[in-house]
Amino acid sequence: MLTKRIIACLDVRGGRVVKGVQFVDIVDAGDPAELAHRHAAAGADEIVLLDITATHEGRGTLLDTVRRAAAKLFVPFTVGGGIRTAEDAAAVFNAGADKVSVNSSAIARPELISEIGASFGAQAVIVAIDARRGAKGAEDAEVYVSGGRKPTGLRVVEWAREAESRGAGEILLTSMDTDGMRDGFDSELTAAVSESVQIPVIASGGAGSAAHFAEVFGRGKADAALAASIFHFGITSSRELKAQLALAGVSVRLPC
Amino acid sequence: MIAVIDYKAGNLTSVVKALRYLLGEERAAREVVVTQSPDVVRGADKVVLPGVGHFQATQLLADLGLTDAVRESIAKGVWFLGICVGLQWLFEGSTEADGTKGLGTFAGMCEHFPTEYMGVELKSPHVGWNSLEQIRPDSHLLRGVADGSFVYFTHSWRAPVVNATAAVTNYGGTFSAAVERGNVMGVQFHPEKSADVGLRVLRNFVEL
Repeated sequence: MLTKRIIACLDVRGGRVVKGVQFVDIVDAGDPAELAHRHAAAGADEIVLLDITATHEGRGTLLDTVRRAAAKLFVPFTVGGGIRTAEDAAAVFNAGADKVSVNSSAIARPELISEIGASFGAQAVIVAIDARRGAKGAEDAEVYVSGGRKPTGLRVVEWAREAESRGAGEILLTSMDTDGMRDGFDSELTAAVSESVQIPVIASGGAGSAAHFAEVFGRGKADAALAASIFHFGITSSRELKAQLALAGVSVRLPC
Repeated sequence: MIAVIDYKAGNLTSVVKALRYLLGEERAAREVVVTQSPDVVRGADKVVLPGVGHFQATQLLADLGLTDAVRESIAKGVWFLGICVGLQWLFEGSTEADGTKGLGTFAGMCEHFPTEYMGVELKSPHVGWNSLEQIRPDSHLLRGVADGSFVYFTHSWRAPVVNATAAVTNYGGTFSAAVERGNVMGVQFHPEKSADVGLRVLRNFVEL
């Protein structure tokens, strides 16, 4: 049976893993390559590395980090942040990534999705969407770009559908309303997106307990869920999290 | 010498990386050769055909003369492992690319997952960790891998279950997760991305 994936996310800034609350308030949490290995050993199904302040000057550092992390990582490895062209993506793939995640740059130029897919396959392109809806309904959630700073006027479900039609392999949906709050995912929004596309949806933003994961896999219809700070500070490991999810009736990869 | 065929498949780097890890840098430097040359393939003791992406990409194998080289190697008894599209290529073809022929070692065509199974919508691609079932006890490739072990998949087309099927996986019905007949082997999952279980499969292959 296809299991629900637990994806460990490393937010990287200037070569170090950090984790903020609602996209600000950054805390240092360690070396990305070392943390990637630790997460894989602790049972994460997949590793995502997001360079949250990707700059042109920082590309070399990022590629070196990707290379070091990928050398002995034998689970799927996604890299995002600052990928603006198919050439940027190629450099990241060559450094050892299995998938890339594109966000602002795909909004600016949606052809980027199919361009990367043409060379590396649709399965290698994750379109990341930062969503905010405040008190509005899930269908009216809006896409934000530039690390969550700029509203685009696009509706999340519509952009998800377009990304799929342009050849995205997966959607990584982050709720800016719940991100970093450790108070649960936005299951309503996740379900709205999951029901509007055929491709897998990864839920992100708000993980605080195993119950939150169970809820987003159930009511939220997520295929995978991403967590960062929940692991960094030793709250639990993927293995412990999955053991709790298994007890709650969620199908997960165990033993791992 | 292990020839890893380079036909611009997306996971070539990851497969080579895993082989390096298993063999150690020194031995890998001597034994693992990434190649597009039919002659190198003819001279290899083992051949690995990686793959992820479009079935159409395998057209390059015929264009470069690699299909014939692989056919000859297999006939000589050389161990062959196809991964993902590399497994699919062992069948007659795929509905993903009508004009592109597979090697035809195994009968049948690879087909897209249904959009619905037993009245329930089925997402595609099939991405994630799914279990290996009905593992054939005589499989060399899956030696020491228990029924129910999880491995990582990412694909939208799948190969049918045939006599040579060494393990099946369930997703919208069963498909061939692994095939094995004599020296010819293939896996639909990505052993290079399937943690310890995947490394075990690759180790089984390199130790043949």
